[in-house]
Amino acid sequence: MSRTRTAGRAFLIAALLSCTTLATTGARADDGVAKGDTSAKKIAFSNSYAGNSFRQVMIKSFEEMGAKAVADKQVAATAVVSSNNSVTEQASQIENLILQGYDAIIVLAGSDTALNGAIKDACNAGITVVAFASGVTEPCAYVVDYNLDSYAKAELDFISSKLGDKPANILEIRGMAGDGFDKRLHEGVEKAMKAHASYKAVGEVYGQWTATVAQKEVSGILPSLPQVDAVLTQGGDGYGAAQAFKAANRQLPIIIMGNRQDELALWKQEHDASGYQTFSLGATPSVSQVAFWVAQQILAGKQVPKFVEVPLLQINQPDLDAWLKTVPEGGVVNAEYPQELVAKIIDANVKKEPLPGVPAPK
Amino acid sequence: MSDAAVRAPRSPSNARPALLNALQVGLPAIALLVMLAIIFSIRPAAMSYFGFHLLFKLSVPLVFAALAQMMVIMLGDIDLSNGAFVGLITCVTALYLRDAPALAALCYLVLIAAYAGFGLLIHSRQLPSIIVTLGMSFIWLGIAVILLPAPGGSAPAWLASFMSWQPPLMPLSIWLAALAALAGHLVISRSSYGVVLRGAGGNPRAVERAGWSVIGIRVAVYAAAGLLACLAGLTLTGLTTSGDANVAPAYTLLGVGAVILGGGAFTGGVVSPVGTVIGALTLSLAGSLLSFLQVPPTWQIGAQGVILFLVLAGRVLLSERAR
Repeated sequence: MSRTRTAGRAFLIAALLSCTTLATTGARADDGVAKGDTSAKKIAFSNSYAGNSFRQVMIKSFEEMGAKAVADKQVAATAVVSSNNSVTEQASQIENLILQGYDAIIVLAGSDTALNGAIKDACNAGITVVAFASGVTEPCAYVVDYNLDSYAKAELDFISSKLGDKPANILEIRGMAGDGFDKRLHEGVEKAMKAHASYKAVGEVYGQWTATVAQKEVSGILPSLPQVDAVLTQGGDGYGAAQAFKAANRQLPIIIMGNRQDELALWKQEHDASGYQTFSLGATPSVSQVAFWVAQQILAGKQVPKFVEVPLLQINQPDLDAWLKTVPEGGVVNAEYPQELVAKIIDANVKKEPLPGVPAPK
Repeated sequence: MSDAAVRAPRSPSNARPALLNALQVGLPAIALLVMLAIIFSIRPAAMSYFGFHLLFKLSVPLVFAALAQMMVIMLGDIDLSNGAFVGLITCVTALYLRDAPALAALCYLVLIAAYAGFGLLIHSRQLPSIIVTLGMSFIWLGIAVILLPAPGGSAPAWLASFMSWQPPLMPLSIWLAALAALAGHLVISRSSYGVVLRGAGGNPRAVERAGWSVIGIRVAVYAAAGLLACLAGLTLTGLTTSGDANVAPAYTLLGVGAVILGGGAFTGGVVSPVGTVIGALTLSLAGSLLSFLQVPPTWQIGAQGVILFLVLAGRVLLSERAR
């Protein structure tokens, strides 16, 4: 009798305790999808640039998900504005979005810092700001981004799985001088290179994440280089690099690909011809959906950390054909990020667990 | 070249050129008002002090950059380094102005002197300005990337708070634009030295024969352009609160657009500071208009060009009539 009463009291206290924790933190961080009512909220997407395939797919992903969310009465409206790669214009567009009364703004920033003033204005106006795929430094913004150290480490790990510890010459194709993403990824490369003492960086060019520019720049530096064993990339530049090697009649090194259709097609063609093997990884354009749901979940009351890491999408040789079939001509490998998956990603970030990966298509 | 300079008369006794000038400045102003009317009809809340503040906040640096470009265009040159220079100024400002103001001031002086020096070089060696300034743009960008390899630094608090200061009657951006237009108007369009300056662009020989040193004028005008671009960089840093080498490449051509939109001509000697300021405001509002209209993002890039085209075409049509 007394034992049951103690157990009962303990249970009651435990129940009370958990109730109070629930009450104090609103929705707990690890409780999946937050169900707060966001049906009257409006979410806008401020994009820095719409002029390449990656960004086109990104905007489309956002618009499709937004339209579905509006139809499902999860949000009231969405909007997209693009600023043609001018950060000052993007800043003024953010000021406009504040004027237009949006509840949340997701930002793909043209600069890590140049939007700080505008983002601060938005926060001061009570707007939730989620910056994604860029290292926006204004502390009031939530950041949804990849871990660029692991990006670089994955590239070098693959190369060492193929070349081992033999001395090898490495060419690095970077993005754009003075860009934050480029700097962070390059720092990741420098860190990862330290773990492979036998590898030597023989060259560095800026490919601006574009096949044509990468081809031109690599063609320019190739005559001055010894044999190149592997090429590190930042996405969008692998195809151009391969063309430059072919044009110079050089043997194709291991070029890390960046999930573009042309890159995967070239990889498959080379694999079928000579057994060429490489590895592809990169950002997914639909990361805009992750940012969208993060914003929606914050509006719905979920506790979200200021930094949400997103998993990179990696393609290995066995999955190449399956992925290639899903990519349209000239497009980028993409995956859907529904609300539940994003909630899982947020929870994994909170608990510091491995992130849920993107499964290969069947 | 000289033909056009002669054709654009400046005598106030003639009524038609006055009308022509008024129309040239007037059309971008009308376009500006139309765009504002559309924005206000979509969102009446924008028609307030705060609304104007947000709409025109980011136009301040563009106004200064456009005026800098105007100085160079006045000489018949063109400056392709303007945007990169503004980016460099933001880097210097974000890095040094807060902790080492003296060093920052020294940097500004050196950079403005370098600007003037390149002006001198263009003049003395008869080099094409488009090539020299293109080269300079890479130099500025290179120095900026060396100073600040990735966006960062921070603006001094006084600068950031000045840029967010809300003065009485009108938002700061409108005050600054009006003051800049007024100062430019008094110096370039009204003063006798202004006539000499414009003459140095339109007909340098005549100015030289009249006893003026064209070299001196050129150096002075390039230094003034450097100073104005410096102001653009300072105000931009105040708004963004940080430095970024790649922050303003668009200013180069937007500045050219603003000058031409506001009644300037590439022939040299034909510029209007008031028109340039209005042109800059028009261009900065064109992007806002599209976001208020919710134009699909893939169309936005082209649509902005269409607005620019329409205003320019209207100006050309009207000025043909006026002739």
